[in-house]
Amino acid sequence: MRPSAVVAAVSAGGVLGALARYGAGVLWPSPWTTLAINAVGCLTMGCLMVLLTEVRTPHPLVRPFLGTGVLGGFTTFSAYTADFQRMTGTDPVAAVGYLLGTLVAALAAVWVGTAITRRMAVPR
Amino acid sequence: MNEVIQVALGAAVGAPLRYLVDRAIPRPSGFPWGTLVVNVVGSFVLGVVLGVGQLQALLGIGLCGALTTYSTFSYETLVLVEQGQRWRALGNVAVSVLAGVGAFWGGLALT
Repeated sequence: MRPSAVVAAVSAGGVLGALARYGAGVLWPSPWTTLAINAVGCLTMGCLMVLLTEVRTPHPLVRPFLGTGVLGGFTTFSAYTADFQRMTGTDPVAAVGYLLGTLVAALAAVWVGTAITRRMAVPR
Repeated sequence: MNEVIQVALGAAVGAPLRYLVDRAIPRPSGFPWGTLVVNVVGSFVLGVVLGVGQLQALLGIGLCGALTTYSTFSYETLVLVEQGQRWRALGNVAVSVLAGVGAFWGGLALT
């Protein structure tokens, strides 16, 4: 696979993921929307990575497009740090809850995603 | 320029930039330095962008949003745990969050 094709796939996927994130933020403008986006993105990433690495060998552009591109562009770390900083000014308790809540939700989601997909799709 | 187009243009650059940085940075013992670097740098840049108050859709939501990632960060942390490298996993989480928050703060304070 040509490196330029991989870069193009990541770019195209990143645009789709970022637009979905932007759309969700317009519909529900709140830090908790970012938390939900990150948790859903992590759950999907867990499922996807098991499918791509343990179930079948996909076309070489599938992982760059869906994983690095769409899910990487959908989820965000920078808005997470910005949300936290903004919340510390108004409600420090909620800010810490958001910081740790996102972390716990994201790590739990990616773990659940891999566990469910392994149970359902990985031949044993 | 339409905000949707700005977000798309920023992400069209940010996502492949993350991919290229991750490929360029070596991973001694499997530690995901590339993702850590893009997340910290992206948080810093977002701090600057929000501090300046210009081009927030293009550079903030699009570029920084797509340059940084939570899904790959979480997945790579899980992989470290599954490989039995619990301290590295914990280190990745602690350094990413502390350095990311600090970098955003620094970027904001700079402007």
